Amino acid sequence: MAQSLAKEFTKGLWAELPPFRLVLGLCPVLAVTKSVENGIGMGVATTFVLIFSNLLVSLLRNIIPSKVRIACYVVIIATFVTIVELLMQAYTYGLFLKLGIFIPLIVVNCIVLGRAEAFASKNSPMLSVADGLGIGLGFTLSLAALGAVREFLGNGTLTIWEGLPVFEMGAGFLPFQFMIEAPGAFVGLGLMLCLMNLIGKK
Amino acid sequence: MGDLFVLAISCIFINNILLAQFLGNCPFLGTSKKMETAVGMSMAVIFVLVMAGLITWIVDVYLLKALNVEYLRTVSFILVIASLVQFVEMFLKKSIPGLYAGLGIFLPLITTNCAVMGVCLINIKEDYTFLQTAVSSFAYAVGFGLALILFAGVRERINIARVPKCLQDTSIGLVTAGIIALTFMSFKGMV
Repeated sequence: MAQSLAKEFTKGLWAELPPFRLVLGLCPVLAVTKSVENGIGMGVATTFVLIFSNLLVSLLRNIIPSKVRIACYVVIIATFVTIVELLMQAYTYGLFLKLGIFIPLIVVNCIVLGRAEAFASKNSPMLSVADGLGIGLGFTLSLAALGAVREFLGNGTLTIWEGLPVFEMGAGFLPFQFMIEAPGAFVGLGLMLCLMNLIGKK
Repeated sequence: MGDLFVLAISCIFINNILLAQFLGNCPFLGTSKKMETAVGMSMAVIFVLVMAGLITWIVDVYLLKALNVEYLRTVSFILVIASLVQFVEMFLKKSIPGLYAGLGIFLPLITTNCAVMGVCLINIKEDYTFLQTAVSSFAYAVGFGLALILFAGVRERINIARVPKCLQDTSIGLVTAGIIALTFMSFKGMV
């Protein structure tokens, strides 16, 4: 049992690392990774939704009729997204404003629905939570990594939490504006994917 | 009238839904390998987005705001969009089979297309009137189609080019999209 739990958890970190291996849920990946902080915030919010929607879908998997299952999953996911939205509005208002419409858009993130359909609807609650946690963590790390590359090159800083740069380049640093702008997101992600392919092949 | 024209131009080019706002990127990469599928997807999005934009606007103004339950926006919008897509699919199948044959397979995909939900949310956020919502929904959808078809054209050429192995497929696709996004950036400051 513990072994399979660990297996489901770790596969999200490498073998099925969401944005790279599955190439799903790219919109938030591209849009919010202007800084590490935004990336982590988005990742944590998505992880929360993933874990709880996986748990609920798995608990209800024998009750939900298969014909209307997608609609049921969407309602479950939307409920948790609303909870996240309200929580963030209450406790992390700055981040809530920065992420903007991408928080309600977690509803249509293909990763969340994909895990509900492909995993949680067929497995026990424990395994589903492990799967949600693993995939969520992998997603968060990927967002943070891309955010770090873009923020470092485009702004010369690395910020983990609100206005608290852990690293800053000196005044002589000329920011590479391109990376912070829209095209930088596409090119950055494309090159990271290329790097993953290079490492993965060995 | 002039305002609406400016709004349309800014939605199509400057705030292009795919390349500037990053909404709807899954179908952008998924359906752009062939020109045919790209055209089909664009048409389906234009069709659904205009309807979804108008219906969600009505729901928001006359239901959610009137009853003071705006926190239900996410849940109600996704339900409206999902049922709308289902309804459009059934309607087309029954009455316009020709169009259904063309758009059919793309319709279910649209439910999880964040461009649709995203535009509906933007319309509400910007406090657009009914007319502005109609124009912006249509213009965003046209922008989606424009970017998708342009991208598909480039991608068809890349398919016959020799690309390094580690860069193949999605990877080179993303880099190409970045270059197209760069060209769209030059529209900034036009309006």
